[in-house]
This record gives sequence, structure tokens and C-alpha cells, in this order.
Amino acid sequence: MKKHKYQFSIFNSQLITFIKKEFKHVFRDKKTLLMLFGMPTAQIILFGFALTNEIKDSKVGVLDFSKDIVSRQIIEKIDESNYFNVAEDLKSIKDVDAAFKQNKIRAAVVFPPGFADELLHGGHSQIQLIADASDPNAATSITNYLSNIITEYQSQQTTVAAAPMQIMAEVHMLYNPELKGAPNFVPGVIALVLMLVCTMMSSVSIVKEKELGTMEILLVSPFKPIYIIISKLMPFLIISLFNLAIILVLSVTLLDLEIKGNIFLLFFASMLFIITSLAIGLLISTTAKTQQNAMMISLMGMMLPTMLLTGFMFPIENMPIVLRGLSNIVPSRWFFIIIKNVMLKGLGIASIWKELLILTAMCVGLLTLSIKKFKIRLQE
Amino acid sequence: MEAVIKTEHLTKKFGTFVACSDLTFEVQKGEIFGFLGANGAGKTTAMRMLCGLSLPSSGQATIAGFDVYKQTEQIKKNIGYMSQKFSLYEDLTVAENIRFYAGIYGLSIRDIKDKTAELLDKLGMQAEAKKLVGQLPLGWKQKLAFSVSLAHSPKIVFLDEPTGGVDPVTRRQFWDLIYYAADAGVTVFVTTHYMDEAEYCNRVSIMVDGVIEALDSPKNLKQQYEAKTMEDVFYKLARKAKRAEI
Repeated sequence: MKKHKYQFSIFNSQLITFIKKEFKHVFRDKKTLLMLFGMPTAQIILFGFALTNEIKDSKVGVLDFSKDIVSRQIIEKIDESNYFNVAEDLKSIKDVDAAFKQNKIRAAVVFPPGFADELLHGGHSQIQLIADASDPNAATSITNYLSNIITEYQSQQTTVAAAPMQIMAEVHMLYNPELKGAPNFVPGVIALVLMLVCTMMSSVSIVKEKELGTMEILLVSPFKPIYIIISKLMPFLIISLFNLAIILVLSVTLLDLEIKGNIFLLFFASMLFIITSLAIGLLISTTAKTQQNAMMISLMGMMLPTMLLTGFMFPIENMPIVLRGLSNIVPSRWFFIIIKNVMLKGLGIASIWKELLILTAMCVGLLTLSIKKFKIRLQE
Repeated sequence: MEAVIKTEHLTKKFGTFVACSDLTFEVQKGEIFGFLGANGAGKTTAMRMLCGLSLPSSGQATIAGFDVYKQTEQIKKNIGYMSQKFSLYEDLTVAENIRFYAGIYGLSIRDIKDKTAELLDKLGMQAEAKKLVGQLPLGWKQKLAFSVSLAHSPKIVFLDEPTGGVDPVTRRQFWDLIYYAADAGVTVFVTTHYMDEAEYCNRVSIMVDGVIEALDSPKNLKQQYEAKTMEDVFYKLARKAKRAEI
């Protein structure tokens, strides 16, 4: 009994020695380090600014030929919103042109003469929205938000007024004013970053030992293969959890995203996904002969399916049946659903148990397979 | 004399291919044993069996008194290993490499500290202790790798072409280290392609097509085959090989 305890403590210190060494490899390679921590931060910040700042407090010019109570109320609504500031009171169409050219405004709202009259008596009226389309994406968003504000105003009026009033805005109807792009994007970034770090980094780091010949020395030592696996994968597990935390913090602080669900459930599911990705990395390391080889397999075999078949860039429902079927074996697809449901919709375990089960099965299956393959490769 | 490596009819087959056939030999404590053979003769397979990395198909072998079938864990604790790739981590410092290898063999923290100091002292590398191994010249790396393979005080050290690609002067210095270790009672089991190095061994075996064709001291072998150098002995034997290079 005593001897057993002694052996166990030795294994622990051996394991710690090895894990420490792995962390040194990571922290001494500046390129790896930059990729590990720079990538998630850069992606979130890039998308954060791209999606939030361009619409926030956009300056709007108003050309009101009507100057009635309805137009004034609509202008007030626009000014109240987070997205717009009414900056210019324009007098003529010429002014509109000048304001755009001097970059004073990003959009203009034009009320025709007799706007309220037409609306109240004729039942419908028109507002013209003009946007600077040199940046087409921003222009689309701006006009969408503006028309949304108008529609909202209109629906408030219809509940009060007896006669149905209709204001026709010349742009498409309804856009989610809650910045739909960002919430959809964050779970995608999480899946991508975790998959990339775990699969690529771990497979490269194991293949590196093979290339250097240090793997041979490790195998001749009494250090057990399963401990080699644990110590090689451990740093990436920890770093990935840290990365996840960074992404979540940035999403909350920069993107004003609210994490609606249980954070522990989120981390548990992520851990499952991380271990699955690590198992894939291990599997790749058993076939790849060189580090470049491992990197290529990881990128082509893992990153592409994660981007294309997960559903965060292209909706899976619209894909041909073959791709739809294929997407079922991509672990990130299930993980993406879990994160979306927990993080954005605030749903509990009851709504994601099926996805969790699939991910668990994939995790256990891949882990068993890769450990077996790793050991077989050593035996030969 | 005490035999630390003992094999009887040791055989390894891969399907129908017999990589090693009927190897029977003994290596004594403190001996420098040269294990020669052309590429594909079965040296590596034999060495892997002796290191506990691969199970024999038939035959018996004990390494440091432990059975290659049942006691591979014990064997691993009692042997050291170094290959021609030198097997050090270039992004770790000299001292970190020593500490790491001593650490995974389960040495206590105090032992690791003592061993590190001792090795640095012996190699005259105290000044380089905090340098990354990648910055060291090849000869130094190789000497360090050898010393590291001895850090856990193994009974036997297996050297797989340890001097590949190194200049003659450094090779000579490396052999001084081997002699030093053998004098301290470590058994050295070494494979090499350099026939001048075969002359430095106490005894030499020459494998041809998976079989040990000759085994004796270099002096006796030269007499037996009426050759001037080990190179001639090797050539006379290796010529008989029928197996294509693998």
C-alpha cells in the first residue's frame, strides 16, 4: 500500500515536469504565442468595431418641407435612438448634396410638403431616405435602421388612432435592430478558435517531437505513453479555456453582448468540444510525418469544415443534401448550436441535451480511437 | 563477470519476414559492445526489443536481469538511450534539458539538482547552463545528449549511431566519454557505421540478414578473417547479404 502511494506521487511529479516543459515550448515560440492569443482577440475586436461602431451615432440630416407634428415626432424618434444623431437641419435638396460631400452626414431623411396632411387624410404618405452608398454595407444597415424606426413609430400610432395610417418608407421592411451579425458571429469565432488551437497546435507539437527524435527518448523512458498524451494536450486545454474566457469578456465589453445562459454549462460544453478537438489533433499526429503536413491536414480537414459546414457563415438548411449529411459529422456544428442556445438564447440543458450527447459520443469515440492509434504506432 | 544483456534464440518476425533470427549473445557489465551491420540487417529491430519497445516473436532475453516480455517497465528504468538525432529540445536551455530528462525518470527534486550540477561540471558547461541548446555547436549537443542519457544512472546505455555526421575530432572526444562511462561500470551497447569506431569496442557483433554472423573482440575477428582492419572484416561479411536494403 505504501509502495503504491510512493509510485503515485512520483508519477505526479513526472507529469508536472513534462507539462511545465510543454508550457515552455508554447511560451518561447513567439509565433505560436501570437497566434494563440492574438487570433481570438483580433477577430473579436475586428468584428466588434466593424459591426457596432459604423452605425452608432451616425449623423443624419433632415430636410423637412412639411414641418408638421408627425414629421417632428419622427425626427425626435430618430434622434433618440442610439444609432443616429440628427446633426443638420437642411433647407433644400442642394444642402443635402453639400452635406454628403462635406461628410457632415451619412444619411438624410426627406419629408415631402404636406406630409402629415396626406397621411391623415389620404391614409398614406412617403418619406425619402438617402444614404451614402460609397460604403454599401453601412448604407444598407443605416437605411434599414431608419425605416425600422419609422415603422415602429407607425405601429405605435395605429394602436392609438382609429383610422389606419400608412407611411410608406422606400426601403425593405424590418431589420433586427439588435445587431444580429455580432451574436451569430461570436459562437462561430469560439468554435473556430478552439478547433484551430486544439487541433492544429496539438498535432504540430506532437509531430515536432517525432521529427526531432525526442519522441524515441520519451518512449524508451519509463514515462507511460498515456502520460505523454496527457502532458502534450494539457497546455492547449488550459490555453483554450483561457481563450474562451477572453472571447466572452470581449464580447460582453466590446460588443455589448449579453451571456444569457449558464456560464458553467457553456464552459462544460466547451471543454467537451476542446477535448474532441484535441483528440482529432492526436489522431492527425499519428498519420502526419512532418509539422507542415500536420498543419495542412488540420487547416484543410478541420478549419474549412468548421467555417463552411457549421452554419455560422452559410445556413445548413440551404445546402445540398450531401453537404447537409456531411455537416452532421463535423463536431463544431453541434457545438455551435449548443453555444448559440446557451449563450444567446439563455436556454438550459433541456434544450441541448441531444447536441451534448452527440458531442460526448464524438469525444469519447475520437479519444479512444486516437489513443489506440497512438499506442499502436509506438509498438511497431 | 556479470552478464547484463543476455539473449537466447531471440527472434522477431513481421508476418513472413524474419527481421532478427535466433540472436544468442551476452554482454558483460562495463563492456563496450559494438553492434554492427549494414542498413536493413536488423540492428534497429534487435535494439528495440532489447529496449522493451517491441516484443520478440520467440526466444528469451533479460536486460539488467529483467525479462523483455514481462518487465519492460523495469527495463526502461535501468537503461539509457541516445540516437543519432541527439534528441534534445533546442528551445530549452542546457540545464532545463537535464532537469526534464532527469524529471521524467522520476528523480527527486534534490537528486535532479545534484545531477544537473554534476553533469554541467563534468562537461565543463556551467557557463552555458542557461543557454538554449539550439545555440550550441553540434559536438557539444552530442556530448550533452550522451550525458543526459546517463542522468538517471542506468546500468546499460544504448547508443544508436551516436556519432553520425560529426567530425573525427569530436567523435574521438565522444569516445572518451564512452570510456569514462564504461569505467564507471555502465555497459555500453553501440551501433555505428564507422569502422574505426568498431576498433574502440571491447567486443563486436556483425549482423547480416537478421543473423549474427560474427561476434568477438576486434583483434580476434581480424585474425579469424585474415583482415588488416575491421573495415575489411565487415566488408567480407556484409558482402554475403542477400536482403535488399529496406
